[in-house]
Amino acid sequence: MGHMTLDLFLQHLTNGISLGSLYALIAIGYTMVYGILRLINFAHGDIFMMAVYFSFFGVATFGMPWYAAFIVAIILTALLGMVVERAAYKPLRESPKVNILVSAIGASFLLQNLAVVIFGGRPKAFPTVKLLQEVMTIGSVTLQRLTLVIPVVTLTLLAGLLFLINNTKSGMAMRAVSKDHETAGLMGVDVNRTITLTFGIGSALAAVGAIMWGMKFPQINPTMGVIPGLKCFIAAVIGGIGNITGAVIGGFILGVGEIMLVAMLPSLTGYRDAFAFILLIVILLFKPTGIMGEKISEKV
Amino acid sequence: MKKKVAIFLVFVLTISLILVGCGPKETAGPAPADDVIRIGVFEPITGDNAAGGELEVEGAKLANQLYPTVLGKKVELVVVDNKSDKVEAANAASLLVEKEKVVAIIGSWGSSLSMAAGDIVKNAQIPAVAASATNPLVTLGNDYYFRVCFLDPFQGTVMANYAYNKLGAKKVAIIQEVSNDYAVGLAKFFTDAFVELTGDKEAIVAVSNYNTRDNDFSAQLQNIAAKNPDVIFAPGNFTESALIIKQARQQGIQIPFIGGDTWETPEFIDIGGEEVEGAVFSTFFTSETPITSESEVFLREYRAKYGKEPAAVTALGYDAYLVILAAIEKAGSADPVKIRDEIAKTTDFVGAAGMITLDANGDAIKSAVIKVVKDGEFKYQDTIEPTK
Repeated sequence: MGHMTLDLFLQHLTNGISLGSLYALIAIGYTMVYGILRLINFAHGDIFMMAVYFSFFGVATFGMPWYAAFIVAIILTALLGMVVERAAYKPLRESPKVNILVSAIGASFLLQNLAVVIFGGRPKAFPTVKLLQEVMTIGSVTLQRLTLVIPVVTLTLLAGLLFLINNTKSGMAMRAVSKDHETAGLMGVDVNRTITLTFGIGSALAAVGAIMWGMKFPQINPTMGVIPGLKCFIAAVIGGIGNITGAVIGGFILGVGEIMLVAMLPSLTGYRDAFAFILLIVILLFKPTGIMGEKISEKV
Repeated sequence: MKKKVAIFLVFVLTISLILVGCGPKETAGPAPADDVIRIGVFEPITGDNAAGGELEVEGAKLANQLYPTVLGKKVELVVVDNKSDKVEAANAASLLVEKEKVVAIIGSWGSSLSMAAGDIVKNAQIPAVAASATNPLVTLGNDYYFRVCFLDPFQGTVMANYAYNKLGAKKVAIIQEVSNDYAVGLAKFFTDAFVELTGDKEAIVAVSNYNTRDNDFSAQLQNIAAKNPDVIFAPGNFTESALIIKQARQQGIQIPFIGGDTWETPEFIDIGGEEVEGAVFSTFFTSETPITSESEVFLREYRAKYGKEPAAVTALGYDAYLVILAAIEKAGSADPVKIRDEIAKTTDFVGAAGMITLDANGDAIKSAVIKVVKDGEFKYQDTIEPTK
């Protein structure tokens, strides 16, 4: 543990917050699906991966300007999330929980292997966006503009999502369905539509995360969703699975924690992924409901 | 309804397994006919090392196309995908020796993957010739594993000399892919050589680790930069290495980066972009100065077929095939043990990437080539002869 100057600490902190914001966006998808279906959507990481490929092909193959490609990718990813729900989860909704869990794992493998067959196994380079990837210096901290944009996007989307859930009819339907499918149905809520919408929103947020991930780490391959998928699942559990604000907090804790671990204990850098899993075990042992877990009323 | 869904899911899963399991394989099906000799190509076709594997497969296929027969029989290549994964590599090697009944194996790109197959080829007594696996442990204590490239102790010395003599470095930091035997080995040999050159035990000012598939290296880079090294040595896979250099430049770290042979893939430049300009590494071969008569054949045919310049490992994949073919010819039989004995005797063999003489360990002693990334291309800089 060496001493650290304030400048260096700030540099680490900005890096950590930026990484944490990406984790947060993906973690929201896990937590929303869990809230409404009590299901760990293992295909979420692979939906994230698909979003990166969609934006890659939009720019590289179809020559779209980056913003157009990104919007198309977000829409396609939302659709993909809804299709996965309809094909792999809806038919099993009344069967035992373990069946639907196995189906989720199957969907994950299917998407990964489809990506290998369709897109090929070699990594591709994500298109660069000059406007966002320019390097700038603020005080003593050197960073890409993107590093500042990511947390802003994440927090804006979080605010929008909370508004949607708490202040709109669809949001009310989501809250109702998350409490009890049957009763919500009897009250006139379209349960299927609400669940599909939840998957659509969760996947769209994952797509936003995926696009920013692609710009930050411009290397894409069919298995790139696995580790972020696992880590964001952990982030969702840390924050209290089912709770959206919790997922964002969990994402930040994980991102900043990882960077600070490497920064302050350089000899442990090889254990960076282990850190996430140890954190998961500790949380499950001492606070299984996660940080925000007790506020059950906010569950979606 | 439930049953139908279950059956459908089983169906989908099976199909996806079949698609991926058999996708990259060239041939499947019945046991080989008597008039065909089968040589396995054991390479990463998917996963993190896919680009490297594909380059070697290109070389083996080109050689097979130019020299398709031996002992009057057709030679058939059986390509299996080891998926850039040590466990999958062991499975893929078992598949080649047990089911595909190959008489010899080419590969793999990546020392860790080759080492995963070590015991399998040894126990099955099927000779394997690695094209570009440079870690000493690949062939050490294994009579059935050979290679047509130089070793990391030499490569480490070459890069240490480069850092010390050409770049005038006195202090070096290392960032290594800690889960990769190749990277850790090369980092160690570099360290030994550099400490000896400078006579300074503290010449390596920082060693930072990362894992395969990591994406974020900002914290490691900041730690390293804080020690003010003259040069950063970064042995590791091409994708991670490209991201490391990119992120260093994006955080205002302008220290030069040097590395090893694994960098030479098109992806290193695609992913690294303008940030990897000036990165220097050692490799096996350059198309700019053909060494042998076989180099000329190889370059002519490769350019005609692919319309681009070949990578060093492509030339080595080509050579691995030729060495096996010559051994089958000399053995006068397709018996794997006899082939092994002939491979072990390889002396002054004219390969595309230079002359090949295998020593008692089954290793080739060859010169190294230094290349630099310039204007989005790998450019030849220097050739370093082996010391012995």
